[in-house]
Amino acid sequence: MSSVQLWTYLFIGLSFGLYIAIAVWSRAGSTHEFYVAGGGVHPVTNGMATAADWMSAASFISMAGLISFLGRDGTFYLMGWTGGYVLLALLLAPYLRKFGKFTVPDFIGDRYYSRSARLVAIFCAISISFVYVCGQMQGAGIVFSRFLEVDITTGVIIGMTVVFFYAVLGGMKGITYTQVAQYCVLIFAYMVPAIFISIMMTGNAIPQIGFGSELTPEYGGGYLLDRLDNLSVELGFAPYTEGQRSTQDVFFITAALMFGTAGLPHVIIRFFTVPSVRAARVSAAYALLFIGVLYTTAPAVAAFAKTNLMNTVNNAVYEELPEWFRTWENTRLISFEDRNGDGRVQYLADPAVNELTVNRDIMVLANPEIAGLPDWVVALVAAGALAAALSTAAGLLLVISTAVSHDLLKRSLMPQITEKQELRYARIAIFVAILVAGYFGINPPGFVAEVVAFAFGLAAASFFPAIVLGIFYKRMNRQGAIAGMVAGFSFTALYIIYFKFIAPELSTPAHWLFGISPEGIGTVGTLINTAVALTICRFTAAPPRDIQQMVEEIRLPGH
Amino acid sequence: MRDEHARAYWKANVRILTTLLSIWFFVSFVCGILLADFLDNFRFAGFKLGFWIAQQGSIYVFIVLIIVYVFWMDKLDSRYQANTKAANLKAANSQSASDEDSQS
Repeated sequence: MSSVQLWTYLFIGLSFGLYIAIAVWSRAGSTHEFYVAGGGVHPVTNGMATAADWMSAASFISMAGLISFLGRDGTFYLMGWTGGYVLLALLLAPYLRKFGKFTVPDFIGDRYYSRSARLVAIFCAISISFVYVCGQMQGAGIVFSRFLEVDITTGVIIGMTVVFFYAVLGGMKGITYTQVAQYCVLIFAYMVPAIFISIMMTGNAIPQIGFGSELTPEYGGGYLLDRLDNLSVELGFAPYTEGQRSTQDVFFITAALMFGTAGLPHVIIRFFTVPSVRAARVSAAYALLFIGVLYTTAPAVAAFAKTNLMNTVNNAVYEELPEWFRTWENTRLISFEDRNGDGRVQYLADPAVNELTVNRDIMVLANPEIAGLPDWVVALVAAGALAAALSTAAGLLLVISTAVSHDLLKRSLMPQITEKQELRYARIAIFVAILVAGYFGINPPGFVAEVVAFAFGLAAASFFPAIVLGIFYKRMNRQGAIAGMVAGFSFTALYIIYFKFIAPELSTPAHWLFGISPEGIGTVGTLINTAVALTICRFTAAPPRDIQQMVEEIRLPGH
Repeated sequence: MRDEHARAYWKANVRILTTLLSIWFFVSFVCGILLADFLDNFRFAGFKLGFWIAQQGSIYVFIVLIIVYVFWMDKLDSRYQANTKAANLKAANSQSASDEDSQS
């Protein structure tokens, strides 16, 4: 066993031991504890837990890689996935906390005084969370298989077992405190290699500043970003710091990701766990601060990794390439085909002469090795990626479980069950959800990876307008809200299904509605939802007096 | 009395939201996307300005916006609580005064 593997076992073993210890310590005894961790979570704790809840396998493993291949256009991930928190903090979190129930369908069902509204919300919450959770399990499986050379099935089962422990035993309470630990693990694992590389390449220890600095003489001097632009152009790619996508598409994708972020149920429910409205505001600020650490580092990592890759690989003699190249070749994340038979690697934009294919995930997973960092730093990445995948998976599983036990059973189908029974159903639901998610993690249906990105569009087009209108427009009624959610969700889902699955060959700017890609269509869905809701609402009866009073109550400060 | 304060509170709240969200929109969508190419003409250190706002600056602004929001709302909350308390006290006083009147 190599030294990297030993370190990897050590880090993963230690971190998993920690999660299980927390699980045993924080068992939930009531539905109040299971759903909202007893409602007494400190704002800083909740901020950290929200950050871990939010930053998924995709943020940790894929985002920097996506940005390094998209260059300037990668911006929509950065702004979209952070700007949404401003909306969440200002328009949703404090009011939903004041409302003071357990779930998002709770709010929709009560505010729109309707079982149908609640059922629509349950359907949206479960489908959005489900799509998302399969991706996390798959991410966990991939990390296990690549770093420890166990097969994906074993990897997913280990991941499932750990989540099972703290999610089934502790519910939201167990999840909250493990997420805090997971945040610490993942941010440490992300920052250490980034700082190392920044020092190596620019002599500056802060990656956020390093990527605007000059390269050290060993790397040829000059500003890093200028160098990256020049290298890209030399090899036939577009300059790194210039955008390729149309401005309106970038605009709509950014907006869809922002509205979606604010409408994702697993993030919203985190704000039910704090003791007061003020605590909800404060913890939103902490959450974005903690998230911002990773999100401002990612574009730096992207730029470092891309420069490094082009420097190391292009025109290098294949036989003389460092060891990491072969390790990652074995996993097929990177592949080389010597088309012109000169024994050197040509990495070029033109597909006819290019000899190197690079998977974007390698930018984070292999970055420490490419930069020649010590073995323990390489091993950290595995523990960090697993922390990111498992923390998000747990948050999503909880949404699915509460939607079933609380919203569907207790509030809709069998209101007579006792709290004990409800708690038992919640545990059964989360257990079943883990099994199903695990199954799809091992046998990923081809569409999962693609669809994860679309969960945002769906959340944007369904929940975001329904909740915001419910708080800011007292006159909004049941008919308007239901019609809006159904219209927004179906429009967005159909647009995505059409261009991704029915007619993928037509998915080009020329065929898109107003040149908006399926990734950005959620913004149009949000607008349709709002327009339909406002129109229908005008022609139907105002909500009852007590509902209007409830809205007034939500708007005032207090507990 | 309480209703009046509640209305004033909500109005002030909406004003705070409008101000902060205008900045949010301006920084991300206007500077980070619509005007980014123009802003790229300006440089500091190794960064083009538009590129820096899009990949770094906007995120810092988002964090500051939420922190400012927390402080503004704290101030607004305490003003509202002081006002309603004063109003309740006044109502209670006039209540007890009229009680005394009716007794004499």
